[in-house]
Amino acid sequence: MPERFREDLCEPDRKELAEGPAYRFELDRRQWISSIGAGLLVTAAGKVVFSPGGASAQVRPSQRLHLGEDGSITVLTGKVEFGQGSRTEILQAAAEELRVSPDVLRVMLADTAETPNDGSTAGSRTTPSTIPVVRRASAAARELLVRTAAEAWNLDASELRVEAGAVVRAGDRFSYADLARAQRPASTVDDSVPRGVPLREVRNWTVLGQTLPKVGAREIVTGAHRYPSDIVRPNMLYGAVLRPPSYGAQLESVELAPGRELGAVVVRDGEFVGCAAKTSYEARKALEAISETAKWRTMAHPPSEGLGAYLKRHAQPSAGGRRGARRRESGDVDSALAAAQTLEASYEIPYVQHAPLEPRAAVAEWDQDRLTVWTGTQRPFGVREQLAEAFRLGADRTRVVVPDTGGGFGGKHTGEVAVEAARLARAAGKPVSLRWTRAEEFAWAYFRPAAAFEARAGLSGEKILAWDFTAYNPGTAAIETPYAVPNVRTQYIPCDSPLREGSYRGIGATGNNFAREVFMDELAGAAGLDPLEFRLANLDDGRLSAVLRAAADRFGWSASKSLGRNRGSGIAAGFEKGSYIAICAQVRVAGGSVEVERLVSAFDCGAILNPGNLRAQIDGCVIQGLGAALSEEIRFAGGMLVNGSFARYPVPRFRGTPPMEAVLLNRPDIPPAGAGETPIVAVAPALANAVFAATGQRMRSLPLRARAA
Amino acid sequence: MARFTVQVNGNQLAVESPPDRPLLDVLREDFDLTGTKYGCGEGQCRACTVLIDGQPTASCLTPISSVDGMSVTTIEGLASGDQLTALQQAFVEMDGAQCGYCTAGMIVEATALLQRNPKPSRSEIVDVMNPHLCRCCGYRNILASVELAARGWEANDA
Repeated sequence: MPERFREDLCEPDRKELAEGPAYRFELDRRQWISSIGAGLLVTAAGKVVFSPGGASAQVRPSQRLHLGEDGSITVLTGKVEFGQGSRTEILQAAAEELRVSPDVLRVMLADTAETPNDGSTAGSRTTPSTIPVVRRASAAARELLVRTAAEAWNLDASELRVEAGAVVRAGDRFSYADLARAQRPASTVDDSVPRGVPLREVRNWTVLGQTLPKVGAREIVTGAHRYPSDIVRPNMLYGAVLRPPSYGAQLESVELAPGRELGAVVVRDGEFVGCAAKTSYEARKALEAISETAKWRTMAHPPSEGLGAYLKRHAQPSAGGRRGARRRESGDVDSALAAAQTLEASYEIPYVQHAPLEPRAAVAEWDQDRLTVWTGTQRPFGVREQLAEAFRLGADRTRVVVPDTGGGFGGKHTGEVAVEAARLARAAGKPVSLRWTRAEEFAWAYFRPAAAFEARAGLSGEKILAWDFTAYNPGTAAIETPYAVPNVRTQYIPCDSPLREGSYRGIGATGNNFAREVFMDELAGAAGLDPLEFRLANLDDGRLSAVLRAAADRFGWSASKSLGRNRGSGIAAGFEKGSYIAICAQVRVAGGSVEVERLVSAFDCGAILNPGNLRAQIDGCVIQGLGAALSEEIRFAGGMLVNGSFARYPVPRFRGTPPMEAVLLNRPDIPPAGAGETPIVAVAPALANAVFAATGQRMRSLPLRARAA
Repeated sequence: MARFTVQVNGNQLAVESPPDRPLLDVLREDFDLTGTKYGCGEGQCRACTVLIDGQPTASCLTPISSVDGMSVTTIEGLASGDQLTALQQAFVEMDGAQCGYCTAGMIVEATALLQRNPKPSRSEIVDVMNPHLCRCCGYRNILASVELAARGWEANDA
């Protein structure tokens, strides 16, 4: 069977915060003055429309490319750049198909008034969804250029080729700017580009498939780039918002006068209380003065101690709907278990916080009843809806702009800070910049779900005959085993969570894969097989087997399993969102800590778009995964976090970064899948399995708590 | 409120401010030098690092009164015109930034390191840089960037 992109296994996780808008309005957005000049707008289907630009510009959701009469070429997408490299790869995709040098292109991202709605930047969807439409629109524009030139020169189109952004023939040159000017009289040139203009084959790529320096790197290294928290508007104030002392606490009373006496704008609107002042220092001082007068009614809230048992007690097995419970069964699991050698085990993972280095931030500005907010969100159009609803505005009166932002990792799908900044700006009658403090970001952003797992399997020799897996609360990503098992029952049961939950790198796949891959190690032991051999014996997925073999080969798996007391190696694999990861890790356990001595990963995400960026994403996933495996765990008691700071919630640093190597398995024959999530899912189980090899202690919860033997 | 004078990136700047206001806020809000970032407000992430009389310092923990009459260098003050420093150019070359929010602090810290010790070993670089957080976890490319600059790579070779 030919390899394919397994779209069927890429459904959104049930813990993914609602993705994309419910509606796709074709609103009149002419009231926003566009930065796009006169020229042609091109859709992925090859429909081309002339746009006069400026105040009359109106980019429709399907329009992907703008060819300016001034020679500018702008790629339009609603995706955001949070460090994952989307801007650079989208630029490469357009440059490849347009046959232009990448440095002449501009990529305009995530502005609800100027770019198409591409839903959220999540689920590793930019690569499989956005890159192809950008390529198709660019190929259509190239085709139109050739055809128009051929017509003008009375030649056959097949004789002409585009190079460096123009068709050239014996001294004549016809560029994209010429095309934009030539098409001006025609309002629409609908049928001039046939559907299915061929995209350049992977083996002929000259821009895609290469490592390109990050677009905007110069602005980053000089401090010139303005992140959301750096946006400055005329007469802008700085805000601060009152937070409850504990989860669920309700405000009974508060005096606003102490804040106003300090010169701040103070607003209370229901549960919302905030201040705005000329400096963030003054806003904080005013907030402190108010805060001292606040009276709260607190609510009981469970502690993180005993969280796994709490989740199971608060399971919601009958919860329905898209976010509800799910059960899938194939074969006859109970009969197969009854006839086999069985093993069972339970696992747990805690809440973790994304803690992007730039906390949530927004600048809001009102122009009468029109609102513009610059903010770092992965769901620009979703946040626009949130703002429109909060202020009862039409979506056409609400604009969200997402400057390239300081990290998200799935943690910035929401628009709380945008709504808060807009409420303060409304009260102040001036633009307001609001940036959450680190403590707010820890406590009031949402968390990667905590979860518990129960796994049971039946073995016959080296084969798994039955697999029975129940996951409490992690989400559904990677919940189905990728191993070839004839009888499988998989249950997902959401739980009543004490903390606010949402997306994360891989979301549910982090926990589901941790439990499964540690259990696979336990089963290998029960079967008396090497963990790698056992996995391969139970796989018929060629790509997963290939990454396992590649990681093991580079690592020297067969030679490095037994390394003496308190040192050992572990292996784990995973499949999610169209890509495949395997990791081998060698650890040394000293006292109560786990030192990772070296780590080798092997990754296959289809055709590689940008090897440098891919390596950076694998590095980021793996090292962030080391944090979740070894140190990261949100603890809470009395309704508040116990460790909501970088001092108490240790995240990976330079010193914990082990010698690492990533083997990239390029598959030019397979359409590319995203790479910013999947590599994280094999880190924790590989380390847990390595600790077992080193000490004989089976690690069934995270973060790993090992003791030297 | 009191008046404080600071030489920032070579320019003599004055500000009326409460004495305990953090230098970070003054740089960002009064001088519009937003390249220096807030990450935690407690010196744990070092995104706010600036040079005070040449010493890398967390500006979030530095009251403005404590730098009165002193010299401050921020990320904006490193390049001369369009000419990046060798270290900045190395960060571009080695893909030393993912989201880039930590980059200013990293570059300012490493600039001071390379001035003190132009040929630091890897472990010396790690020791000096360790207080700096990169939540994208791009540590390997950051180290490679600093090492490239330390090898005497010249910006004008680009």
